[in-house]
Amino acid sequence: MSTALVNTAVLKTEARLFRREPSALFWILLFPTLLLAILGTIPDFRDPDPTFDGLRGVDVYVPITVLLGLIVGGLQSMPQALTGYRERGILRRMSTTPVRPSALLSAQMLVHGGAALASALLALAVGRFALDVRLPRQGLGYAVALILAVLVALALGSVVSALSRTTKIATAVGTSLFFPSMFCAGVWLPLQAMPDLMARVVGYTPFGAAAQALNQAAAGDWPGWDHLGVLVAWTVLLTAAASRWFRWE
Amino acid sequence: MPVIPVIEVSDLRKSYGGRAVVDGVSFAVEEGEIFGVLGPNGAGKTTTVECVEGLRVPDTGRVRVTGLDPVTDHEATRRVLGAQLQESELQAKLTVREALELYAAFYPSPLDWRPLAERLGLTDKLTTRFAKLSGGQKQRLFIALALIGNPRIVVLDELTTGLDPRARRDTWELIEDIRANGVTVLLVTHFMEEAQRLCDRIAVIDKGRIAALDTPAGLIRRSAGATVISFTPSAPLDDGDLNALPALASIEHKDGRLTLSGTDETVNAVITLLARMHITAHQLRVTDATLDDAFLDLTKEAAA
Repeated sequence: MSTALVNTAVLKTEARLFRREPSALFWILLFPTLLLAILGTIPDFRDPDPTFDGLRGVDVYVPITVLLGLIVGGLQSMPQALTGYRERGILRRMSTTPVRPSALLSAQMLVHGGAALASALLALAVGRFALDVRLPRQGLGYAVALILAVLVALALGSVVSALSRTTKIATAVGTSLFFPSMFCAGVWLPLQAMPDLMARVVGYTPFGAAAQALNQAAAGDWPGWDHLGVLVAWTVLLTAAASRWFRWE
Repeated sequence: MPVIPVIEVSDLRKSYGGRAVVDGVSFAVEEGEIFGVLGPNGAGKTTTVECVEGLRVPDTGRVRVTGLDPVTDHEATRRVLGAQLQESELQAKLTVREALELYAAFYPSPLDWRPLAERLGLTDKLTTRFAKLSGGQKQRLFIALALIGNPRIVVLDELTTGLDPRARRDTWELIEDIRANGVTVLLVTHFMEEAQRLCDRIAVIDKGRIAALDTPAGLIRRSAGATVISFTPSAPLDDGDLNALPALASIEHKDGRLTLSGTDETVNAVITLLARMHITAHQLRVTDATLDDAFLDLTKEAAA
């Protein structure tokens, strides 16, 4: 149905176009796992570390690299694509057809969300088979946390596109959120190693909460409802903001 | 045969920041017509047709496309109306063929894209990405996309801007072709030659209002300088005599050549005057004014 939010023809086209973007493919799909593999070659990362309650560095970095792919996809890649579609009149052109331009937005989200999930699975697989990292012991809880993390990344990216008039602005805003997001996900300092107060504050940010939830599920516990709640709250808030401010032209 | 209006616009108004861009425009386009919307830049042409396309919501007034409201009957309107926009693009890495297939998938009974691509000379560009197309090729692709849904009405905005004269003529033939297939054409342009050649009727829009609505010939006839006489007189003519000519619209002296515009009456009076003064008119030419002249005349009146 052409009135549906998702249009299959548009989705197929966007997926095909995404495969023609080598830089997006690299940074979303390969880079996080590549980073994990490089860390895995450092001897210190392969030994149990008391800072991480006896976990090894590579164990701690798997959830972080899982988050990295969706941060790159949601904050760097998608806002640029969406803002470009608006800036260059592609959304407008679609407004003159029976299909609503929102079909392009939803297709972009599905493509980027799908790529982020694929990136996460790749990181988990390489972690498991190359670095001997145990798969998450609370699988369902991990999946729930991961899907919520993807949703919050897409919602944050949508806010960036909504607020950026041009692709250049989208890139600048995306990049300025990119580094704090990576910090909160624990790229430089895993949450387990952060001082208590810092870890608690970071836990209220979207990717800090996601990192906590993933860590708990990886260890075999159901992710804390407080962390999942933070993720849901951010997703709702950011989605509302994006739909409030998004301009079609 | 009863005449069915396929587009009805009545008392359309649209303002931006307190400035009325469209200020009470009304017209009706009949089935099978090529209807031109002509006007200077910033006259409100594009805003008017964007209200017809449903891209803009009128402040007040009524717009109907085959009886449908383009704003509330979003999907139904777009199934019968194809549009080519003045400024738009496609995804840079989308090929011509993919674009045609994608847009065909949006409509319940689309045209076959192959003959359409053939007719628009896009057959050897099917695997070319949008970003690699020339201006003319992009324009032809957008015409194809406007037609792919097999619409009853097609809106073409500044269609031939940026095309070379040859491509422009080819496009004109294509538009005549489209109409011959029973499609109604709403054509926004600022090329007089294009409007004069293609349009059955023309609405001249100036400062958000309709300055005139008539056939091209009718617009020319109603302008003050509908007939133009030019010659090189063998001896100078007295300015007082010239200014006294009946229905005179304009006088122009250039390199000893005199160009006067007015009506047939003016022409007759000039001939009589020349005979009386025993002056010979070398290279005498009497021509109808062009739509260009009529347009300048009409938009000048509105400015005054």
